[in-house]
Amino acid sequence: MSTKRFFAVFLLVAVVVAGLLSFYASSHPDGLTKVAEDKGFISQEKEHTLKDSPLSDYGVRGVGDERLSGGLAGVIGVGLTLAVGGGLFWVLRRRGAPAGRR
Amino acid sequence: MHVPDGFFDAPVSVGAGVVAAAGLGLCLRGARRELDDRTAPLAGLVAAFVFAAQMINFPIGAGTSGHLMGGALAAVLVGPYTGVLCIAVVLLVQILFADGGITAYGINVTLMALVGVLVGYGVFRLVTAVLPTRRSTVTAASFLGAALSVPASALVFVGLFAIGGTTDLSLGAVAAAMVGVHLLIGLGEGLITAVTVGGVAAVRPDLVYGLRDAGRPLEIRKPQTTGA
Repeated sequence: MSTKRFFAVFLLVAVVVAGLLSFYASSHPDGLTKVAEDKGFISQEKEHTLKDSPLSDYGVRGVGDERLSGGLAGVIGVGLTLAVGGGLFWVLRRRGAPAGRR
Repeated sequence: MHVPDGFFDAPVSVGAGVVAAAGLGLCLRGARRELDDRTAPLAGLVAAFVFAAQMINFPIGAGTSGHLMGGALAAVLVGPYTGVLCIAVVLLVQILFADGGITAYGINVTLMALVGVLVGYGVFRLVTAVLPTRRSTVTAASFLGAALSVPASALVFVGLFAIGGTTDLSLGAVAAAMVGVHLLIGLGEGLITAVTVGGVAAVRPDLVYGLRDAGRPLEIRKPQTTGA
């Protein structure tokens, strides 16, 4: 598989996972939240500073349909992460020949 | 395992922030050696993939779920320094989604990026040092590293909680609950990591950082004949 094609497939998988599969994720509390509930320190949790963010809780504000809102938020997150991460790594990279054999 | 604001007092939050900053500084230097024209885009994609995978909470029973942390996965695919940076970027973006507190960012970077990669990639390295570096070994080592990295992070959480948790609790009970739950979540982490690393290794083994040593014995013999 060519590198370009491989990258495209990798991105497609991420978009499908975040955009479609995420709808079917378990809505049970995660390990830490569950322990915090059971042991009684969940009350210490403070409201998130960005709780009014347009992307708060993995939904896009203003989009009513839950599946669409969550899926859209996921795809936006994938795009943002790719942009920030890809940009950072592109700046950090050693220019020129691949480092494959080092 | 995203820690919200309020679980830890200011000294621990600041202290973990200092640890995280030092760790990220080290990784910004180290990542230069891991990144080139081909691996830089791959690393961006790995970060994006980890973001996506972290949205998938899988049930582990007893009304509890878990999701991928991704430190071992990223480190095996693109190298440990870059792997830490991948997770730190994911955690940064997640703040926009109100997931993981802002003052807890240092704690979350410490737990999921630093400890996750240190233990996940450390175990991976130990296993591949003992066994021959082959695709099957790399997949198995990825599973083990990833699986152990999750309870390790949970243990460090308990350690931080002992120093500066905002609730006075029996540490033994918190430790038992945290480690118990995260041993189970670790199985999911191991599975997702093994499937992903195994999948990439099947299609493009040359792109897997953890497989780089696989071709070495053959490469070493050649320069010797030239009498360098």
